[in-house]
Amino acid sequence: MNNRSMKKYGPIFLLPTMIAFTIGFIAPFILGVYLSFCEFTTVTDARFVGLKNYIRFWNDPSDVFLHSLWFTALFTIVTVLLINVIGFAVALALTKKIKGTNLFRTVFFMPNLIGGIVLGYVWQLLLNGILAQFGRNLKYSSVYGFIGLVILMCWQQIGYMMIIYISGIQNIPGELIEAAKIDGASPRQILKNVTIPMVMPSITICTFLTLTNSFKLFDQNLALTDGDPSKMSEMLALNIYNTFYGRNGWEGVGQAKAVIFFLLVAAIALVQNYLTRSKEVQQ
Amino acid sequence: MRKMKKYLAAAMSAAMVAGLAVVPAQAEEAAGSVYYLNFKPEQAEQWEALAETYTEETGVPVTVVTAASGTYESQLKSEMAKEEAPTLFQVNGPVGLATWKDYCYDLKDSEIYSYLKSDDFALKDGDSVLGIAYVIETYGIIYNKALLADYCALDGAVISDASEITNFETLKAVADDIQARKDELGVLGAFTSAGMDSSSDWRFKTHLANLPIYYEYQADGIDSTDAIKGTYLDNYKAVWDMYITDATCEPTMIASMTAEDAAAEFALGEAVFYQNGTWEYGNITGNEVADEDLGMLPIYIGVEGEENQGLCTGSENYWCVNAKASEEDIQATLDFMAWVVSSDEGRSSLAFDMGFATPFTTFTEEYQAENPLLDAANEYIDAGKTSVAWCFTTMPSEEWKNGVGSALLEYAQGTGEWDGVVTAFVDGWAAEVAATAE
Repeated sequence: MNNRSMKKYGPIFLLPTMIAFTIGFIAPFILGVYLSFCEFTTVTDARFVGLKNYIRFWNDPSDVFLHSLWFTALFTIVTVLLINVIGFAVALALTKKIKGTNLFRTVFFMPNLIGGIVLGYVWQLLLNGILAQFGRNLKYSSVYGFIGLVILMCWQQIGYMMIIYISGIQNIPGELIEAAKIDGASPRQILKNVTIPMVMPSITICTFLTLTNSFKLFDQNLALTDGDPSKMSEMLALNIYNTFYGRNGWEGVGQAKAVIFFLLVAAIALVQNYLTRSKEVQQ
Repeated sequence: MRKMKKYLAAAMSAAMVAGLAVVPAQAEEAAGSVYYLNFKPEQAEQWEALAETYTEETGVPVTVVTAASGTYESQLKSEMAKEEAPTLFQVNGPVGLATWKDYCYDLKDSEIYSYLKSDDFALKDGDSVLGIAYVIETYGIIYNKALLADYCALDGAVISDASEITNFETLKAVADDIQARKDELGVLGAFTSAGMDSSSDWRFKTHLANLPIYYEYQADGIDSTDAIKGTYLDNYKAVWDMYITDATCEPTMIASMTAEDAAAEFALGEAVFYQNGTWEYGNITGNEVADEDLGMLPIYIGVEGEENQGLCTGSENYWCVNAKASEEDIQATLDFMAWVVSSDEGRSSLAFDMGFATPFTTFTEEYQAENPLLDAANEYIDAGKTSVAWCFTTMPSEEWKNGVGSALLEYAQGTGEWDGVVTAFVDGWAAEVAATAE
């Protein structure tokens, strides 16, 4: 097929995807932004009220949004670091010639296939079982909740990031490593000056994925601690959900928070993308 | 070969376009249909069976969807936004009604309303009848008669018969003593675990909190308020202290204890007392505790004259008909509701399969549910005790309940003070009333 017919027929083949994308993403997104300026019980009969929801959000003294924001930010920093460092280390180990690498890769990847709610409840049982020995439980204090969430998130995501790092590492041309060795580079120097710069694209993807996943974390938070005690382990997504369903007439405020949340996540992701992209090298 | 490729490509793109163009081709229904969004997961199967019977008899399609425990409000919100919205749904009382008022069809002239025993069981807005209660429930402290009798037979027991428990002082003395001698009795504690998991915390943040609210309303002669004073919060504290100390588990562990935990402890005879209601019968029957050993005590909180207090009786299950549904669907729904409470099939299903006590005149002698907990509730009414109304339907919002629940939990596990509960209860009430009124 030549270029001309590609141009001619391309849009037709793109159409199904574009329609799906519009129905599944663009339309709900526009509707969501619109609803943040409305008062409503169900999304179909909304009444436009301007900025009222944003003002109510700003003035609500009982709100823990700010606490949720810091809790989420701290959680994101910790998990992004842990997941990427451990994921990369595991990927390095499993690209060496050791027996059973495929088995290990599968085992590490498996947790990612389990749904968040199920994972949350399973880990709740496990962690509560351990904490019970000390007469405590996950909802006793937000510190336990925080650590529990970090463990759960690492367990789930490390395998996924490992797979991405493995493909990145395997794509490094053997000559580069060989040349470095001939030049007398130590394994540490090879890692620092060859491997890491070469897998920079993978690092961009992995930090982006872990960053946004951690920031938007919902299922696991709901299942593991449900924000207890006293909303102190409530992350942003759960806070928005609870605003939406917790009070009569506050659906719009939940929606307004969701819009603010979107702007926040988008800004952070863009900055991250810019920072890691700039470190990527051309092969 | 080239030709074949062409055809293949043409066929595939045709399939793709066709896939996009599939429009749900539904035949217009002439007679209307019913879509019931059910609140009670315990009775999901029975409702489905009843709907099927109705469809067989009349040909009117009835869909029953049951929301998972604790998700009714969110499911209702999303279902109501659909084109095929529920025609029959539930609200939990005046506060729930405030959200859904615009969607409620006036049932003033409906057949089902004419069967209602009294207006106490209807949700009214001015002259219009917007909701009709279909089940009357009662809660209190369920107790194991056999275990309590065992206790009474012990040397130096505080009481010699269960009937002597007529106030909080006695109840607490008995609970303390049972707790102290739990090994002698072979139980794990006097009360089941006061679980604060979301499956169980409503027993305390909603149902137990009803009592201080009820007594305050009584004292002030009102039936709802914008600013609660918390006159009886010390009594609330006394009961809560008893629940968490005379229990099967340490107070630091209650955050993760579930409703199933408490039900299992009671059903297996590991605890004597269990705060819950008539709906719980199905969950505890058929285990260690025999049906004839099931009794119920009022939740005494230490108020003057509480010897005459009965159990807490009321409803938080009101049927509403979707006013925004089509004429035919509304009529079909009204017919279905009338059929449910007046036909033989409907009545026997509600009374025997679902075990409901209902507020309808059509449920005559032969249609009374067989439930020892309901019998216990009736005994109190027959003995002339004053039933405690369900004032918790006037609580300002879910947010308020959650605030009180969190404070109760923090106090119980020692990470917070009782003052936190008072703040959440009193200040939280005013704040939530203001927030939802905006």
